[in-house]
Amino acid sequence: MKIAAIITRIIQQFLRDKRTLALLFLAPLLILVLTWVVLDQEAGNYSVATIDVPGQLVEQIESDSIEIIDTDTPYEDLADGEVQAVLVMEGQQLEITIDNSQPNIEKALFMHLQRTLSISENSAIQLDVEQYYKAEVETTFDYVGPVLIGYFAFFFVFLVGGISFLREKSQGTMERLFATPIRSWEIISGYLAGFGVFAIIQSIVVIIFSVYVLTVPMQGSILLVIFITLMLALTALTLGMLLSTFAKNEFQMMQFIPIVIVPQAFFSGLFSLDSAPAWVEGIGRVMPIKYGASALTDVMIKGNGLGEVSLDLLILLGFSSLFFILNLVTLIAYRK
Amino acid sequence: MCSIIRLEQLNQAYGKEMVLKNVQLQINKGEIYGLLGPSGSGKTTLVKTLIGALTPRNGLVQVDGVQMPNLKKLNDIGYMAQADALYDELTANENLTFFAKLYQMQGSYRNKRITEVLEQVDLLQDKDKRVENFSGGMKRRLSLGIALLHEPKILILDEPTVGIDPVLRNRIWDSFYKLKKSGVTVVITTHVMDEAEKCDRLGLLRNGSILASGTPNSLKEQAGVETIEEAFLQLGSDQS
Repeated sequence: MKIAAIITRIIQQFLRDKRTLALLFLAPLLILVLTWVVLDQEAGNYSVATIDVPGQLVEQIESDSIEIIDTDTPYEDLADGEVQAVLVMEGQQLEITIDNSQPNIEKALFMHLQRTLSISENSAIQLDVEQYYKAEVETTFDYVGPVLIGYFAFFFVFLVGGISFLREKSQGTMERLFATPIRSWEIISGYLAGFGVFAIIQSIVVIIFSVYVLTVPMQGSILLVIFITLMLALTALTLGMLLSTFAKNEFQMMQFIPIVIVPQAFFSGLFSLDSAPAWVEGIGRVMPIKYGASALTDVMIKGNGLGEVSLDLLILLGFSSLFFILNLVTLIAYRK
Repeated sequence: MCSIIRLEQLNQAYGKEMVLKNVQLQINKGEIYGLLGPSGSGKTTLVKTLIGALTPRNGLVQVDGVQMPNLKKLNDIGYMAQADALYDELTANENLTFFAKLYQMQGSYRNKRITEVLEQVDLLQDKDKRVENFSGGMKRRLSLGIALLHEPKILILDEPTVGIDPVLRNRIWDSFYKLKKSGVTVVITTHVMDEAEKCDRLGLLRNGSILASGTPNSLKEQAGVETIEEAFLQLGSDQS
């Protein structure tokens, strides 16, 4: 009942605040379109596993940008992302299976192999490319689209949720709430649910737009994608509310963007961390975006189902729960 | 007379800075009690401690026999903060509805009370206007309306008439007298001397200590002066 009162109030407030509504719903679309327009290609380093490929050929293929990995389970490694391609020699036919869920690998590897093979003496060998995942991933944007969906959902919900919660304190209404018989957990739950409504709508708008207008691949269930985005948004919301406790005003809240939001981009999967030192990967583990983006990529490009992404979802749930509890603790402390 | 609010040896502090020092205070049921003091004297801190928004550093804070802070007791207390804590994007009606729901007021009773309160603070005409378009005085009145909404036994008002014109101030005081008649205890803070004269009893607060407490007349007699202002200065200089 009291929670419902807060939900109703937040919805009323938002519907009146057209600018913020636009920020929540149109800004992500605008940035997605811009990224879509400008996104370029870049080359990287790749690991390749081989089956029955003659050693001489392997030596030719191996280069600065391609590393040949010795493995007994090439296809499992491909699925785990340990290697980006598997080369199989069948008679005179060299078959390559490529992990096309990662940016640029397909084209760059293909070009590289073609060049290597044409300058070698084995011109009789034909190269036959087969895609490991079903999705038609053609441009760089197709690869990063799923990550960007998660990133923007996180960013805008963090900002809007955090600032709204902050304003409740700065305009004195939080203190006024404390003079009513409402419990601290009811305040936080009301906020979560009220903003949850907008987070769901935002997720649906952004995903529908990405898939149907920008033609980002969608191999898995769109409902699952919306659910993943929502879980990520909840994490952003609880984190935004928590950090708003440590900000005195809107300006200080904005200062969390370079500290909290921007670094997440580096661990979101937009940039390859394959050659980064282990401690960098360690930092990535505490970034909620990493799990959300990886789950989105899994479902949208690889076509995986709930089973494959359940661990990512659980971790996101863990983040939200942790932030929820910390929110509760700080709000109770603030109330005294 | 039985006291409905009891403060004993109350100390309150923000960090290391002592804001209230050994405050002793009894407020009787059905009286209008004024806390008079300059800004920075600790009025707001005292009031916030009364409603349980601040937990006392030490000492006793009892409202209606219950140790504060107590969430349930807040159902009996109407509070108006010094700052107008209103939701600007919402209309007056929506603000009232929101707070009514927090006090779990239902359906027809809620609607009846909202209309009554809007009438009482003279905002019935403006009930569907958004608060962002309100004048300062209108916001003040709406805040007061919210405090009255759930028919509390105790009203605690932090500078309720600041920024309100004299005509409306009189009307608001009339409503205080009416509430008093119906058995409501009203605690207000003020730094306006003529307003202090209208209270049944007064507490003079300075530097976090109650200098004196009593009816306006007894305070004037005690200090041997003609006005509350002089009494305040006189009693203050005695202390220091």
